[in-house]
Amino acid sequence: MRPILMKGHERPLTFLKYNRDGDLLFSCAKDHTPTGWFADNGERLGTYRGHNGAVWCCDVSRDSSLLLTGSADQTAKLWNVKTGTQLYTFNFDSPTRSVDFGVGDKLAVITTDPFMGLPSAIQVKRIARDPADQSGESILVLKGPQGRINRAVWGPLNKTIISGGEDSVIRIWDSETGKLLKESDKEAGHKKGITSLSKSNDATHFISGSLDKSAKLWDMRTLTLLKTYTTERPVNAVAMSPLLDHVVLGGGQDASAVTTTDHRAGKFEAKFYDKVLQEEIGGVKGHFGPINALAFNPDGKSFASGGEDGYVRLHHFDPDYFNIKI
Amino acid sequence: MAVETANQPSKLRWGELDEDDGEDLDFLLPPKQVIGPDDNGIKKLIEYKFNDEGNKIKITTTTRIRKLANARLSKRAVERRSWPKFGDAVHEDVGSHLTMVSTEEIILERPRAPGTKQEEVKVVGDSGQIGKPGAVLMVCRTCGKKGDHWTSKCPYKDLAPPSEGFVDKPASEATTAAANSTKGAYVPPSMRAGAERSGTEMRRRNEENSVRVTNLSEDTREPDLLELFRPFGPVSRVYVAVDQKTSISRGFGFVNFVNREDAERAINKLNGYGYDNLILRVEWAAPRSN
Repeated sequence: MRPILMKGHERPLTFLKYNRDGDLLFSCAKDHTPTGWFADNGERLGTYRGHNGAVWCCDVSRDSSLLLTGSADQTAKLWNVKTGTQLYTFNFDSPTRSVDFGVGDKLAVITTDPFMGLPSAIQVKRIARDPADQSGESILVLKGPQGRINRAVWGPLNKTIISGGEDSVIRIWDSETGKLLKESDKEAGHKKGITSLSKSNDATHFISGSLDKSAKLWDMRTLTLLKTYTTERPVNAVAMSPLLDHVVLGGGQDASAVTTTDHRAGKFEAKFYDKVLQEEIGGVKGHFGPINALAFNPDGKSFASGGEDGYVRLHHFDPDYFNIKI
Repeated sequence: MAVETANQPSKLRWGELDEDDGEDLDFLLPPKQVIGPDDNGIKKLIEYKFNDEGNKIKITTTTRIRKLANARLSKRAVERRSWPKFGDAVHEDVGSHLTMVSTEEIILERPRAPGTKQEEVKVVGDSGQIGKPGAVLMVCRTCGKKGDHWTSKCPYKDLAPPSEGFVDKPASEATTAAANSTKGAYVPPSMRAGAERSGTEMRRRNEENSVRVTNLSEDTREPDLLELFRPFGPVSRVYVAVDQKTSISRGFGFVNFVNREDAERAINKLNGYGYDNLILRVEWAAPRSN
């Protein structure tokens, strides 16, 4: 395959997200402007100007009308996807790290970093149908985990919230009462900070990537460990194919060490693993920095990776990818 | 004063300049032209522009439109395709190569050849340790078997003669044998036994009574080597080869003794001596090839 290179960002990529139909791709980077792209040919649709800090995460509503972004400028913003105009700004007292729309796009979970003595928190906001009625108050605030919460996503039917962060524990919270329901087992769980978390298409299981050089597949309801994928570099990003039983891990050595070693030592490939057999299928090279973000097109026929090198690489699979046998 | 004012109008004022080559002339340009896409999907876009020097230039951009096989787009997605650009994307130039197709063909690199099972690979890995490129050459020093086991794991360990660690060996027979073998061949007078050799010694001071030490551990430095060899007699030079780039020891060094006898004693004692975690190899340094 010949990947499409998109150089719209000046700084390292942080997050990638496809919309439901898979025709748009949204990219977030440490420069301040999230960008929308057409996912078929990589043409730039537009930029969402207004943030004043690194943008860590984004999510797009199911109907592709609203974009929610979380940034280090201590805000989360709602945007009109079509025009790029700001609709609403949620203000926080600390940088926001992750955002996720719930099923139905009426709720959003936003995590905030520990900052100036404030602990990290998971906040649930109500998203109004009409942006004019939008209010900034949180309907639920969850606190407790030590250190940064790198990712929080909604569980099935918005009944739970799943979070993972620097303390390397995955937690399942009741989204109604805010009670902590489950915590990942110390033995089975990750040994180092969790960098990414990604749900399966049907929301029955999810995958978590960690700096302990592994990714783990968990049952969404019971939080039992299903599979472990071990690799030889820290995992910064994980994605699951919606079409085949494949998972993709992205990562690489710490960005600070890149210049001190040979470029081959970095292992900046996106690694494909068989979801069930936990066996490596292959690697896709190309980035010259660690991979920070991965996303699978909802049709499973293409995937995008974003690296510390500032590039988004959009890969449309060759036909032979779909009948790879181990 | 009057002369000066007279001169001024002829000079170009930058304020006027600005107006002259502004966008006002854009209406003079031919309109944008789009040709195709034709049967092969080739689309031509012809644009006209003024460059910095005010010359009219024609920009032809040829693009190939590829249809994605089985691409199914929802009605909404098709509608989104015609959305107007916004933000920074509005002012995107033709020349700004924000989106490029990689010139490099990237393949999904399989960790092993397709079709081979992992079990097979494992079997090969077990038996053919040495066959693998880059694998450490595994040679047992006790029984001399290759690729089977390490010296410490040798099954014939007990049967082997005691290691030649710190035992005095008679001066190696190899050197005498070598001396014998040279019989019949021409030996220059200076090299003949009993010849006065001080002349050559003066010239090649560095190679005099030089002992080569190999299989040094990485953190052995010159002072360590000096400490090790000094008991045998006065040492004139110690040198440990260090990689220039990594500044890690390359695992060998040279020690020069003032007296040849001392060097010989050191070789006999220290060859095969366990130093750090490795077994030293100490021998006469071969003279430089050039």
